[in-house]
Amino acid sequence: MTIGWAGTALRGIRWYLREATGESAYDSYVTHARREHPDAPVLPRRDFERVRQDARASQTRARCC
Amino acid sequence: MSSELRTDDRSGDQLADRPGGRSRIGQTIVWVLVAVVGATAWGVLALVRHERISALWLLAAALGSYAIAYRFYARFIVRRVLGVDDTRATPAERLENDIDFQPTDRRVLFGHHFAAIAGAGPLVGPVLAAQMGYLPGTIWIVAGVIFAGAVQDMVTLFFSMRRDGKSLGQMAREEIGPVGGAAALLAVFTIMIILLAVLALVVVNALAASPWGTFSIAMTIPIALLMGFYLRVLRPGRVMETTVIGVALLLLAIVAGGWVQESSWASAFTLSAKALVICLVVYGFFASVLPVWMLLAPRDYLSTFMKIGTIGLLAIGMLFTLPVLHNEAITKFATNGKGPVFAGSLFPFVFITIACGALSGFHSLIASGTTPKMIEKESQIRLIGYGGMLAESFVAISAMIAASVLDQGLYYAINAPAGVVGATAQTAATAVTNLGFPITPNALTAAAAQVQEKTLIARTGGAPTLAVGMSEIFSSAFGDTLKAYFYHFAIMFEALFILTTVDAGTRVGRFMLQDTLGNVWKPMARVSWWPGVWSTSAVVVGAWGYFLWTGVTNPLGGINQLFPLFGIANQLLAAVALAVCTTLLIKHDKLKYAWVTAIPLAWDTLVTLTASWQKIFSADPGLGFFAQRDRFQTALDKGTVLKPAKNIADMHAVVTNSTVDGVLSALFAGLIVIVLLDAVRVCIKAARTRGGLPTAEAPYVESHIVAPAGLIPTAEERRVLAGTGAGSGSGTRGAHPS
Repeated sequence: MTIGWAGTALRGIRWYLREATGESAYDSYVTHARREHPDAPVLPRRDFERVRQDARASQTRARCC
Repeated sequence: MSSELRTDDRSGDQLADRPGGRSRIGQTIVWVLVAVVGATAWGVLALVRHERISALWLLAAALGSYAIAYRFYARFIVRRVLGVDDTRATPAERLENDIDFQPTDRRVLFGHHFAAIAGAGPLVGPVLAAQMGYLPGTIWIVAGVIFAGAVQDMVTLFFSMRRDGKSLGQMAREEIGPVGGAAALLAVFTIMIILLAVLALVVVNALAASPWGTFSIAMTIPIALLMGFYLRVLRPGRVMETTVIGVALLLLAIVAGGWVQESSWASAFTLSAKALVICLVVYGFFASVLPVWMLLAPRDYLSTFMKIGTIGLLAIGMLFTLPVLHNEAITKFATNGKGPVFAGSLFPFVFITIACGALSGFHSLIASGTTPKMIEKESQIRLIGYGGMLAESFVAISAMIAASVLDQGLYYAINAPAGVVGATAQTAATAVTNLGFPITPNALTAAAAQVQEKTLIARTGGAPTLAVGMSEIFSSAFGDTLKAYFYHFAIMFEALFILTTVDAGTRVGRFMLQDTLGNVWKPMARVSWWPGVWSTSAVVVGAWGYFLWTGVTNPLGGINQLFPLFGIANQLLAAVALAVCTTLLIKHDKLKYAWVTAIPLAWDTLVTLTASWQKIFSADPGLGFFAQRDRFQTALDKGTVLKPAKNIADMHAVVTNSTVDGVLSALFAGLIVIVLLDAVRVCIKAARTRGGLPTAEAPYVESHIVAPAGLIPTAEERRVLAGTGAGSGSGTRGAHPS
């Protein structure tokens, strides 16, 4: 019972950190690409992350004081 | 199936309230209890005098008020005033592109938004405002956030979301007019420059003559470069393991700082304030022109983790130790306006000094632009906009507590400018004791030795005070032996995220400048044309570098002179945001609810224009910039040197700085008056037109995303989510009807 609860909490934390840091972005992209365009090739992770990083370069977000 | 979650004007939480009368009674009891706890705490704060009270009462008063405000006032605004509609697709859903438009889980977006709005501001402002006592600042932090700050953030977020994430400047231009829009844009740019200069000044004051701090912060640059390389080349996309490595190295750098301080390297890392300014300016320039992945992005990861971690640790430390406040509820400086930390009396200067944490105009730049492009459901603006700001307000309360637990003699010795307290423990103890806060020279030396710093005297800017307060709280929770480490950890985390703000701010300022110049000459707007990039970066860095330099060299004390200017600038930006919001409410034919943003706007305008007026026209040379200029200029004409200036060059510096600061105050006030007058013109026109005026709102498109509105899904929302096959309260896309 307690173990199950702790497991759920740990999974939740892992999920949150992966989402918040953008680590899960590639997985979502693959799922999205497979669903919407099943025939198109899927970018390998290295290329995907590079495109993503470069696209974000012009999106710098101001940080508040 | 998404229609089951439809929240028109008044369903929403009612779905949750409905099942059975019993839970309804239970809820009522809970809310009555929250109200009673909050009211009792406020009662204690209001009535107890001349007795030291526990920080518990501040925490209870704040948290109780936040809960009530979030439950009732925020819900009223979301439903009645704004009329959010969860059947309407958000820009994230309609324009999804995997880059900036991306439906993001509300809890994740809350984290992103909070990380972007919370910085050094809510930590520094309350520390300085503690010179008026803990009560005025606390009342403003809590009341300000509930009725002004959180409202501004949420309403700006809403209107930007309804306009595909347009920026505040764009909204001002489209909804008010070209004159108001241009004035708003210029205001945003100049305000950003002052903001960056003041924040950089806080870092300089924290690191000057501290080899420990300087070494730790210097090490963040190679650590960030390593992380950037790791993420780009070695293991693309593995952000979490990169961050773990980075944080471990960072902690090592803090510990190693202690070794460096004891070693022969110490002299290499003992830098004067002037040398640090040059380092920061050079660093700021390169951070702005280098690719984001190399330096800026990894630093951002590091600083976000450090920020959340430290704030969490501070909150836990406070709850564990429940420290006793040594500050008075209201000090004599609140009425006589002669405080050494900053000049001016309670009204208007408490409301200027505490900006972030109560009402911060800068947030409107974040609430318009990035966050609205990621929202899944309209009703989530309550959690993200209003809730995010409540969280920042709590950070401000923590800072107020950390500053108020200190011995007040120590507080003034740290925070009064060198012109007042001199440079030695002896002069500082005498000066502070004369102010009415007795302390011995030995106590000052001992306090510095405990955190292994050479001196704590005149370490203005808030960061050292907060670090001493935090190390006090932590060490009473975890033991005294680690006190120096806690101090340097706190300095490190503040400096780290201030520098991240400086990096990002320089870059954003550069984009703004490139954009504006691009209207005149096309190539300037191209982000890959290096002469444009380099020259605009140099202009932005040079502008804040100038103010930073004057802050460091000003004999009157840079924080004392520049912080009010920064506060006024930030609050005037809030006036722009609230003016845009009020105009839009009236244009949308919601005149009867326009008070929701119009009252905070009126208050904010009153405060900031009064403060501007005093800073420009006051005859008191301690307060008015031009009176100060006249006093020093007159002396200079006679060839005499006035304290705290030491020579003729110092005298010239004071005259120049006072003139520049006075002109800037006038410029800010002038720009805002233009924006307000233009907004009033549009408001009157809209109020006279039956049915409001047309706006640039994006047309209605039906939403197919199913996602809960609040942090914790209601029973009804869980049922609907289960029907779509989504787990763990996360959102999901409903089946396409086609």
